[in-house]
Amino acid sequence: MELKEQLLASFIAFEEGIDQKNPVHDKRVAALAYFEENGFPTKKLEAWKYTSLGKILKENYTLYPQVETSIELKDVKTYFLYDIDTYKVVFIDGVYSPFLSDTTHDGLDVCLMSAALSKPKYAARIDKYFGAVAPATDSLTALNTAYAKEGAYIYIPKSVVAEKPIEIIHFSTGKNAPIWLQPRNLIVVEENAQVQILERHQSLSDAPVTTNSVTEIFAEKEALVDYYKVQNDRETASLLDHTYISQEKNSHVSVHTFALGGNIVRNTLNFYQKDEHIMSTLKGITLLKDQEHTDHSTLVHHAHPNCESHQDYKGIFGGRATGVFNGKILVDKIAQKTNAFQQNNNLLLNDKATINTKPQLEIFADDVRCSHGCTVGQLDEEALFYLRSRGIPRKEAQALLTYAFASNVLDSVQLPSLKKRIEDSIAKKLGVNLGFNL
Amino acid sequence: MLQIQNLHAQIEDKPILKGINLEIKPGEVHAIMGPNGSGKSTLSSVVAGNEDYEITQGEILFDQESINEEDAETRAHKGIFLSFQYPVEIPGVSVTNFVKTSINAARVAQGLEEMPANEMLKKIREKAALLEIDSKFLSRSLNEGFSGGEKKRNEIFQMAMLEPKLAILDETDSGLDIDALKIVANGVNTLKSKDNAVLVITHYQRLLDYIVPDYVHVLFDGRIVKSGDKELAKELEAKGYDWIKAEV
Ligand SMILES: Nc1ncnc2c1ncn2[C@@H]1O[C@H](COP(=O)(O)OP(=O)(O)OP(=O)(O)O)[C@@H](O)[C@H]1O
Ligand SMILES: [Mg+2]
Repeated sequence: MELKEQLLASFIAFEEGIDQKNPVHDKRVAALAYFEENGFPTKKLEAWKYTSLGKILKENYTLYPQVETSIELKDVKTYFLYDIDTYKVVFIDGVYSPFLSDTTHDGLDVCLMSAALSKPKYAARIDKYFGAVAPATDSLTALNTAYAKEGAYIYIPKSVVAEKPIEIIHFSTGKNAPIWLQPRNLIVVEENAQVQILERHQSLSDAPVTTNSVTEIFAEKEALVDYYKVQNDRETASLLDHTYISQEKNSHVSVHTFALGGNIVRNTLNFYQKDEHIMSTLKGITLLKDQEHTDHSTLVHHAHPNCESHQDYKGIFGGRATGVFNGKILVDKIAQKTNAFQQNNNLLLNDKATINTKPQLEIFADDVRCSHGCTVGQLDEEALFYLRSRGIPRKEAQALLTYAFASNVLDSVQLPSLKKRIEDSIAKKLGVNLGFNL
Repeated sequence: MLQIQNLHAQIEDKPILKGINLEIKPGEVHAIMGPNGSGKSTLSSVVAGNEDYEITQGEILFDQESINEEDAETRAHKGIFLSFQYPVEIPGVSVTNFVKTSINAARVAQGLEEMPANEMLKKIREKAALLEIDSKFLSRSLNEGFSGGEKKRNEIFQMAMLEPKLAILDETDSGLDIDALKIVANGVNTLKSKDNAVLVITHYQRLLDYIVPDYVHVLFDGRIVKSGDKELAKELEAKGYDWIKAEV
């Protein structure tokens, strides 16, 4: 059976396991209808011009894990920020792992979407926020909504500062492989509250896994949200990520995406500004080799005056890797005094790797400051010779220049432990043993 | 230490070095002068191992061994240092971390442990003091936004850190003000010993008042057409190159 048919056919069985009277269920049903009509995105769509899902849709996926799996902490410790104290919401093959998790209800909620969807005390908030920023007109998002059941639910009440970062980690073991996962996260950060969140999808075997993930983030007035996506997965793991962010007055949301590997990775990252004096930050380092593919599709919708957005994506492509950066900035007519900045710089390490980069500016206001730039280049041979003439071997010299090219994106990482981890991952991926911290 | 024998080199099929012969012994200071475009920087690049240039004939020997086939990093590890005429800007890499990386790369290549951090720091302080370099400067990105003179002084700081056997200084004096010139020359002289050697490339006699050469060579159209002692530099300063061109 084609994957689409399989997904449609499985819905009845899925429904049997959940509360169909829950208002969310109407959203599921509507979403399924949308997916049925529109199916998976193809390269015919402008937004999917350079990313084909054909290859990954051919697998015969398990939609619900049959085998309960446990993993030992020592085997997966390196995927956590183990040197600092964090809240953790951990899933194994889509199923919550209480053993690896460290949740809380003490002053803030760091818990499960399944709980939030089923318990009455969360009903009002679910009603207000679930599906409120995720667009109904995106097929993969609709598919996720149809099957929305599990994921992380994070609620930071008014003026609360989450004192520990929160890690959301999805492991796949390969025991239910190939597996199709659809986590759904909801994050609500109330007025003047603050939180740091790290999200990671990690395959533990070479069995194929595809994750179609949706995260909705609501930053109320003055809220501060610092979100990190660490994508450093195996070449058999694909990720279709959708992150939708709604921001209220004076809020600042920052998302860093470290795309350091995987099979096909698509990051749809949309910011919707709902009031004035909002700051949205989007940064990323993409470092790929072999046949890896990462597609960043960003949208910042400036719908009110006096807001800012700042985008800075660095891409480095070796092997036959392919990258896409499609950054759209939409400035409504009333959004005067918008200050929107977008930069996408790329390094191609050889002539087999490719990057397609396309800024898309749609500006309807006249008093705005919007700047954008994209570059595609190679490592500077003169700089390489300079480093080598000082005794730094070619490979290390290349790594140093590559790292230096991307490193300013790390300057804004607020978690030193994470920063160190990313630096190590970059060094490892570049095949060198250098403690960068330059 | 360095023997260059009938060296021919070209770039993109354009011959630039056309039969260079030069021998530099430990403890010596040599100077190369010559008109613009005569091949001075090319010669230093070729000795340092720049692969853009193709050696078509001849031999470069360092400590009696041919280094024609060695790559730039290996030559650096053997003790060859080139102070660039135009040092390259490397945004994102600080001066300190760069010299650390480069010192440790040489040590690792020689099978030594990396230099302990406190020893490294001490050495950095000492050499920065020698060249009167402000410590704030050391945390800046390498050469990025440095003035012409700052770049040159920083080159000599790196040389002081790396303690090469053979230092090739390609127009290190250009861009330096009078005081900086003295500081840099003093730095070079302090590091000078009977075991190492210096090759200075310059257009001006002035530098040679401070770094006094044992030999002066004139490079013209890819060949060394005249050699002499330090008096030759004075003669060139007074008379220019026309009389040499006439002799050739
Ligand atoms: N990459 C290159 N491509 C083409 N020609 C080159 C290249 N590099 C050097 N040359 C040529 O080689 C010749 C020698 O250049 P070189 O830089 O060695 O001269 P120089 O003696 O150092 O001059 P200056 O005193 O101006 O520094 C010049 O004619 C220069 O144009
Ligand atoms: Mg020159």
